[in-house]
Amino acid sequence: MSHIPLSHAFILAGILFVIGFIGVIARRNTLFMLMSLEVMLNSVGIAFIAAGSAWQEADGQIMFILILTLAAAEVAVGLALLIRLQQQRQSLDIDELSDMRG
Amino acid sequence: MTIEIPFYLAAGIAIIASIRVVTGANAIHALLYLVVSLLAVAVCFYFMGAPFAAGLEVIVYAGAILVLFVFAVMMFDLQGDKDPEHYYGDSNSGNNSSGSSHNSWFSRWFGPVLLASVLLIEVIYVIINSSNSEQSTSTIVSAKQVGILLYGPYLLAVEIASFLLLAGLIAGYHFAKGQDLPGRNL
Repeated sequence: MSHIPLSHAFILAGILFVIGFIGVIARRNTLFMLMSLEVMLNSVGIAFIAAGSAWQEADGQIMFILILTLAAAEVAVGLALLIRLQQQRQSLDIDELSDMRG
Repeated sequence: MTIEIPFYLAAGIAIIASIRVVTGANAIHALLYLVVSLLAVAVCFYFMGAPFAAGLEVIVYAGAILVLFVFAVMMFDLQGDKDPEHYYGDSNSGNNSSGSSHNSWFSRWFGPVLLASVLLIEVIYVIINSSNSEQSTSTIVSAKQVGILLYGPYLLAVEIASFLLLAGLIAGYHFAKGQDLPGRNL
């Protein structure tokens, strides 16, 4: 039976994380920043699953389930904030929020 | 039958679809590419020996979270890219002036891509030159082991995750409710 090396799974996770990170820092649309965050969380899940499967432990999948709940809560709050931003500013540009002086 | 070919095929599909998500101009198209990316990652999970996580990826990620995205985009018209400025930077308003628009696109994306690519190359270098790179991921961790561990030593983490979901529910309801009462504004 053939095997997938652990390093290849980690390289896949790293590539996906970097793609999501580039999206977060290069896009100015808040909706696309949320989607890039989803890609980043997904890549972290790949790393956990690969490590848990390499050491034959179930802890990696448990961490993946916790990441899943975190992503669900983050998407709910983020989309609600996005809807409020669209209602108040009629735009999704993240630079619109720089005059909040927060 | 080897399992490496479908794994690398699914990994390539995930990477290409993720690039299309990040660089997409249309929100709905980017969301559908994100669904494709998540399904490809689920295939990768299956070949890494985690069929339970693969099922959860399809059901929860692609089935619930992305449907929430699609509903938000469709119901509230969050289509933020009608203006080419959102995507191409602060170029002139013409959509088809290809020269300056291309330059602005290049200047906007060059810095983050360069910095993040250097970091990625360093990570790949460290992973390849690490000591235990011969370790392989093919043994199957069943859902029974996950369940036993989840409701045994990780019970506190499950409770904390339930609190997090409750907080997300309340915050989502509160933020998306709108300003129907006159005295309260966010």
